[in-house]
Amino acid sequence: MRERGRTPGRGSAPAIELEKLHFSYNRVVVLEDVSFRVERGAFLSMVGPNGGGKTTLLKLMLGLLKPNSGKVTIFEATPEKNRHRIGYMPQYTQFDPQFPVSVLDVVLMGNLGLRRSGPYSRHDRNRACQVLDEVDMCGRSKESFSNLSGGQRQRVLLARALIGQPEILLLDEPTANVDVGIESKLDRILGDLKEKMTILMVTHDLGFVTDMVESVICVNRKVVIHPTRSLDGKLIQELYDVDIRIVQHSHIAKGDGHRDG
Amino acid sequence: MVEFFQALRNPDILFLRYALVAGLTGSVAFGTIGSYVVAKRITYIAGAIAHSALGGIGAGLYLQVKMGVAWFSPMLGAVVAALVAGFIIGLVNLYARQREDTVIGAIWAIGMALGLLFFSKTPGYIEPMSYLFGNILMISRTDLLIIVSLDVVVILLTVLFYDRFLAVCFDEEFARLRGVPVGLFYLLLICLISLTVVLMVTVVGIVMVIALLTLPAAVAGLYSRVLWKMMIVSSLLCMAFTFFGLGFSYVYDLPTGSNIILVAGSVYILAVMGNLFLKRRAA
Repeated sequence: MRERGRTPGRGSAPAIELEKLHFSYNRVVVLEDVSFRVERGAFLSMVGPNGGGKTTLLKLMLGLLKPNSGKVTIFEATPEKNRHRIGYMPQYTQFDPQFPVSVLDVVLMGNLGLRRSGPYSRHDRNRACQVLDEVDMCGRSKESFSNLSGGQRQRVLLARALIGQPEILLLDEPTANVDVGIESKLDRILGDLKEKMTILMVTHDLGFVTDMVESVICVNRKVVIHPTRSLDGKLIQELYDVDIRIVQHSHIAKGDGHRDG
Repeated sequence: MVEFFQALRNPDILFLRYALVAGLTGSVAFGTIGSYVVAKRITYIAGAIAHSALGGIGAGLYLQVKMGVAWFSPMLGAVVAALVAGFIIGLVNLYARQREDTVIGAIWAIGMALGLLFFSKTPGYIEPMSYLFGNILMISRTDLLIIVSLDVVVILLTVLFYDRFLAVCFDEEFARLRGVPVGLFYLLLICLISLTVVLMVTVVGIVMVIALLTLPAAVAGLYSRVLWKMMIVSSLLCMAFTFFGLGFSYVYDLPTGSNIILVAGSVYILAVMGNLFLKRRAA
């Protein structure tokens, strides 16, 4: 379906490329001199302390925020031009828990650019059911979004990100406030998706999907990337240092002791 | 209530029929737009728009009576003022969010101040109470026509752009990512709120119109968890509230606006208590 990696000339162009990105908000520097590229088909996770700039970085990639200087490129074009090729899953906690909306409504929002205004067609419903099936939420489309648990809402938001058949998937804290059972479910879902698209995932939780992730992007105003494979001794040391700091941080923030390094 | 039905059939008290028709048609717009207002939690915006309409009403009266511009009715003035107020609030929300509440408060008060100023400079006696708390005697045939056509516009646009409005209300950021012109739809929604608010100003008055906009939707929201169902239920509730409010006010010779709002308010309180009771039993 996608021509990713097939044509040799295009295969070399990265999915996401950031060049010398600077971003400050109300004169506070959030991101400084950020440059990196994400190859097509990569699966990366992004870690860092709260307020370190992870969500900001995602929003810059989506074109929702503009950098003060530097450049964001998505498939060799501006983020605005290629928005339809990105699926975005925000944190579910940002939504009004009482908003009157059904699961079907939420999922079909992911299709808005593609469908005409007016009542949902049978095709829309089938499409929604398909993606809900992918995230194990089939048959729940008529339920109210507000009646779902945190993990279920996460998966509905994931389905909303997937319905437009994106080539890049950006996930903001998919495991936040989710219990272990759901985590392993998400783990499996992402494992399937990994074959089909480029995935970049913000997480507090370094242990989540470590076996699948190829590199870890550490964001704390500056950005350092650590490939999880082929690390030499020095880099391991460096990564280890950073990790310890991050894990300790999340330890305090969440209040539940979890994995150590 | 029999008296009320007899009065409705009596050709000598036409104003009662006008009031009822205005109330029932307006209810559909109130139910749909009120549901957006409650779901998006922007009651205060509707409040500011309603109050700013007084400025337009004053300007309309002044132009009609003092300047002799016959076609510029208070109703038209209210429509224009509400649209201008809505537009300003919408732009502030889109481009300078941090000062939104200040601007809303300012528009609220400036509109009323302008209205009273025009009232004082218009020859003859004007009763501000009629506009603030409604007066069904003021509904003319032309007003009725304006109400019905505005109603049609509001309903058409809501049905046509339901999914867009829903997305903009639920998750503005994501709607933007999916190529929805969020600013445009937000402004359109605010303009629809402006038009809707004006529909009922003559029936329940500027001060109480927010309650009629939000209470039916709030009751409906307790029991329906999908927006379009909430819209239907709140439209029906709004119709019932205006019908019974009007009936009581006619039978017992009481102010119409107050009656409608008190009916709506009582039902809301009962609904909230009933909901709490049901939840406690379920828990």
